[in-house]
Amino acid sequence: MSKVLVVLETAGGKLRAHCLPGIAAAKQIADARGLPLHLLVLGADASAAAEIAAAGYGAAGVHTIANPALEPFTAEAWGDAIVHATKSLGASVVGGTASSTLRDCLPRAAAILDAPLCAEVVAVKSGDTFTRPISAGRALLDEKLSGEIVFFTARGSEFEPAAAGAAAPVSAIDGVNVDTRGVEVVGIQKTQSSRPALTEADVVVSGGRGMREGSNFKVLEDLTDLLGGALGASRAATDAGMVPADLQVGQTGKIVAPNLYIAVAISGAIQHLAGMKGSKTIVAINKDGEAPIFQVADYGLVAKWEDALPRFVELVQARKG
Amino acid sequence: MTKILVTVKRIPDPDESLKFTGSGLDLSSVKWVPNAFDEYAVETALRLAEDVNNKKSKLAEIIVLSICPQKQRQHMTQFLAMGADRGVIVDADDLELDTAAISKIIAKVAQDEGVDMVITGKLSQDNEGNQVGQRVAGLLGWPQACFAAELDWDQANNALSVHREVDDGVEVKKIPLPAVVSVDLRVVLPSSVRNGVNPADHKFTDGPRLASLRGITMAKRKKVDVKTPADLGVTSAAGESTVGVNKPPGRMAGQMVETVEELVEKLATEAKVL
Repeated sequence: MSKVLVVLETAGGKLRAHCLPGIAAAKQIADARGLPLHLLVLGADASAAAEIAAAGYGAAGVHTIANPALEPFTAEAWGDAIVHATKSLGASVVGGTASSTLRDCLPRAAAILDAPLCAEVVAVKSGDTFTRPISAGRALLDEKLSGEIVFFTARGSEFEPAAAGAAAPVSAIDGVNVDTRGVEVVGIQKTQSSRPALTEADVVVSGGRGMREGSNFKVLEDLTDLLGGALGASRAATDAGMVPADLQVGQTGKIVAPNLYIAVAISGAIQHLAGMKGSKTIVAINKDGEAPIFQVADYGLVAKWEDALPRFVELVQARKG
Repeated sequence: MTKILVTVKRIPDPDESLKFTGSGLDLSSVKWVPNAFDEYAVETALRLAEDVNNKKSKLAEIIVLSICPQKQRQHMTQFLAMGADRGVIVDADDLELDTAAISKIIAKVAQDEGVDMVITGKLSQDNEGNQVGQRVAGLLGWPQACFAAELDWDQANNALSVHREVDDGVEVKKIPLPAVVSVDLRVVLPSSVRNGVNPADHKFTDGPRLASLRGITMAKRKKVDVKTPADLGVTSAAGESTVGVNKPPGRMAGQMVETVEELVEKLATEAKVL
């Protein structure tokens, strides 16, 4: 029977939390189509599947493909595995959270199956029509996908994480050939941080060009740690080499939607706003009262960061006791 | 000689405001400009091909491919002026083609030209699909390295070592050629592209290069082949179609506060986020 299939990512035998919104989006599509939801776990072994199956997440089944060539992740091997699973399970919709992993391998799999893909879905209008932002979030496109198989990736910040439900049965898909096509993953230079990931943090504190140099980010780091948040930056700041490139928030960086976003010395270029305007509460501190960032801010303060930030940290600290 | 195919497209100027018609966007009077990520892709190819100590020696031929109405090729001319060797235009309105068809056209041209690398921008700033490079690799069965921030070309082993921007940091991936690379912003930083011939500490000028006056004159004489999707055996199946384009809901107007004290007070009592 036809089904909606979600591709999951695991680490250390556990489901990665950023996959949960993708499951929620898939559930909406499954409900709109009247189809069951199924989950796909790929990896060197299927050790994560038992825990995922116990949580269920509203799925009717959990399927595993275990193959040493699936770890570390390569788009080549995962693309092959997803194509195989789609065919053998008879899935008509395949997708998941728009992580860098799925944005890499799902279009590849979709091309092999000659299927359309709707990327960065922010709303499910019907079983085949999805909304996604275009032009740096300045417009919302309602896009209809046609075909026996369609693909999607869902923007993690726009769907509530799927909740655990009744347990689902696990079954293995055997005899899958995957080919890494000679590629080799040498390693991942992880951002060393005791802080939560930018895309998963409840609070994000970002600095922009106005911070002038990397050492000035220290005061933002203090605030970040006080709030238990993640540190971000505008493209102007990362381009200038003030902070590492992977801290960039915006169309060309990470899309975030925390509960609280604090933009310091950021003017608010369109491409930066595209990456953070989904945040629940936005605070802007900038010395230029005309800066576009104030148009999206819930609370704006016209001030130099040198004056405002130390006092801000002090007051928050006092409140936290 | 190594052949590099770079895909480029034109987009409505992202700094101009959008005109909503109700069912779509009015593009009749927009100014068309090259997609920024495609400028990075061309710059990447130029850096791979350039021997900075011997300008006469070229390490690769760079072919720029665009799917566009053949009379609207200003962006193609600009990329030839930057230094690409020749162009291929597939005469069609790219807005009328679905992503699958666009990818098939590129894959077919890559095959016909016998290229070693396809370099694409990570995404186009208007459509933001972020699919074409991956799809082309899938269609050709080639390795792919998407969201590239740095490239090392290992000519002896006919391979690329690519630093990719991923959610957890930077992944280093080695891929044998032929392959597809999609480039991200940081590939145009001064030291991001190394071809094994230039000195290890060579720094290019930051960002995509500007066309020189000589380049602009030369561009007019460079060869541009014009083909149609039908020549390449590709038809569009309308895998995706536009139902509507809407303005996103604006945020509620915020408030300006006068002091840090007031800000912290409101964040704590009103927004309840502290």
